[in-house]
Amino acid sequence: MPRPRIATASLAGCFGCHMSLLDLDEGILELAELVEFDRSPIDDYKEFQGRCTVGLVEGGCANEENVATIREFRRCCDVLVSVGDCATMGGIPAMRNLVPLDECLQEAYVDGPTVHNPGGLPPGDAEIPRMLDRVYALHEVVHIDWHLPGCPPSPEAFQAALTALLSGEPAALPPGLIRYD
Amino acid sequence: MSTTRRVVIEPLTRVEGHGKVTIRLDSAGEVESARLHVVEFRGFERFIQGRPYWEMPVAVQRLCGICPVSHHLAAAKAMDGIVGVDELTPTAEKVRRLMHYGQIFQSHALHFFHLSSPDLLFGFDSDPATRNVIGVAGAFPELARQGILMRKYGQEVIQATAGKKVHGTGAIPGGVNRSLTSAERVELAADIPRQKRWAAEAVAIARDYTLENLAFATEFAAFPSNHLGLVRPDGTFDLYDGVLRAVDESGEKILNDVEAGRYADVLVEEVRPWSYMKFPFLRELGPHKGWYRVGPLARLAVCERIATPEAEAARVQFDEAMGGRPGTMSLAYHWARMIETLSAIEEIEQLLDDPDIEGDDLVRKGERRPESVGVIEAPRGTLFHHYVVADDDTVMRANLIVSTTSNNEPMNRAVESVAKKFLTGTEITEGLLNHVEVAIRAYDPCLSCATHALGKMPLVIEIQDAGGRTLAEGKRNS
Repeated sequence: MPRPRIATASLAGCFGCHMSLLDLDEGILELAELVEFDRSPIDDYKEFQGRCTVGLVEGGCANEENVATIREFRRCCDVLVSVGDCATMGGIPAMRNLVPLDECLQEAYVDGPTVHNPGGLPPGDAEIPRMLDRVYALHEVVHIDWHLPGCPPSPEAFQAALTALLSGEPAALPPGLIRYD
Repeated sequence: MSTTRRVVIEPLTRVEGHGKVTIRLDSAGEVESARLHVVEFRGFERFIQGRPYWEMPVAVQRLCGICPVSHHLAAAKAMDGIVGVDELTPTAEKVRRLMHYGQIFQSHALHFFHLSSPDLLFGFDSDPATRNVIGVAGAFPELARQGILMRKYGQEVIQATAGKKVHGTGAIPGGVNRSLTSAERVELAADIPRQKRWAAEAVAIARDYTLENLAFATEFAAFPSNHLGLVRPDGTFDLYDGVLRAVDESGEKILNDVEAGRYADVLVEEVRPWSYMKFPFLRELGPHKGWYRVGPLARLAVCERIATPEAEAARVQFDEAMGGRPGTMSLAYHWARMIETLSAIEEIEQLLDDPDIEGDDLVRKGERRPESVGVIEAPRGTLFHHYVVADDDTVMRANLIVSTTSNNEPMNRAVESVAKKFLTGTEITEGLLNHVEVAIRAYDPCLSCATHALGKMPLVIEIQDAGGRTLAEGKRNS
């Protein structure tokens, strides 16, 4: 029987959830014996290689590229999990939802004390994706099957959730593994 | 008629954050241009305005989950100034340093073993299916395990000092909120001999790789540059604190030990339209001559010595291999990075041996000040946090120059140089494109960190739920 495939992605997050997954330490090698890693920033698959049993996505959606990625994960994964506070709620990046965009542009690219910008315009180019009006939690964009909260979720929470999901069980975690820090 | 061909590498993998490379070739297959674009943004500098200053060490570290300790400590150092504390208690200073060296150790181990070693061990154009840490574990199980346990050790040092492996809370304005327990100290000290041995072995692996491939490394993304980093006032390597020093390609000082708080007098960041990441340069030299490298290669170029014995011996050997001049090879970053890893574990050993690390005098207070700058050597290079705080204790202004931003120009030069050398007039294969990524990876970029600044106009987007109902519509102003 082929091993179940897992894909991961980091959108508008900080990679800390991926770090917490790697904090399984030797456990990550044990996991690799049970599953096949598909598309992920920690390997060199830039596209999906096949249908995945579980997709783990950290970070919310802040630009058009994030939206395209989460939609592709929804298409290619049986079970899609939003991982961490940014994916489940927008997190710290969603603090920008409280600020008018023009002020942000002005601060970062014109007024900052070390800015050198003779043209006076913020970056804008066909090669960089366009931003969304605000930061969205993943469940606002696609259907999400499970939410794994925490900043980041602990390695034990990853372990418990993956063990359940890979054996087709609900990822119902005990209270000690659920936190919102 | 234009017959320009565009090749895109996206997403960049085995690097942290979101970036892509675009390469343009003319009809003859000559590379016209090659660029590294950073394609995400956050907006920290603006959206933390109005927040209380004591939130900064925990809020701003959410820039980066790989090196959160760097942002945690740079913000805390700035907040020391805000609460009027110029010198921490010995325990606070040592606990923070221990946290920082733990972070250097884990971040460098992660980069070398988990992210970069597949390129070095299997070859740049090896099978992408095994070009990852699991592939390394299959072919070199002992080495992979060693890398994993080195990273684990660094994370445990962070947990003991910050309370948590990722996004901890140990540093506060004016000091720390915890010191080590005896049990933690004993447990961490017990693993030191093994970790030191592994770190020394990692230096040897990176050294041998560089020396055995010297001819290649001097042709691969190699170019002279200025270098910038912190040093102690006597020129000794220091990752936690110091003065700003920059040297030119011959090693001459061009920024002569400037107090870190004066960074804005000497550094500026250029905005270019095609990337959210800015391009810093030394103000006095201008954008064309003033760009510089940061990180391990630059730190070994600006320092005169390392305080710990094994790392100093390794540095001397490195310096000889570089011909006594600042390094030019992007691939030499790996060797320099492992020397720093060795220095970090030697520092950790000394701190665990120091009774102050269990002390209970944790915080000092002083006269509130309106403005302060915190600077630290993060794993990827010099990191600047600058805050202005209002009388009501809320942040009025913030300016952050993160490490990877300073390597923007060097990484773009590395990308262009590799593209021109390896992709011109040939069939472009996956393996050749990985050469471009190898050049970027050498700098260990943290593209999440580098995208704290906000840019670009919003886009029209319709968000639908799984049933096709419209949940929200975004706007675009441009």
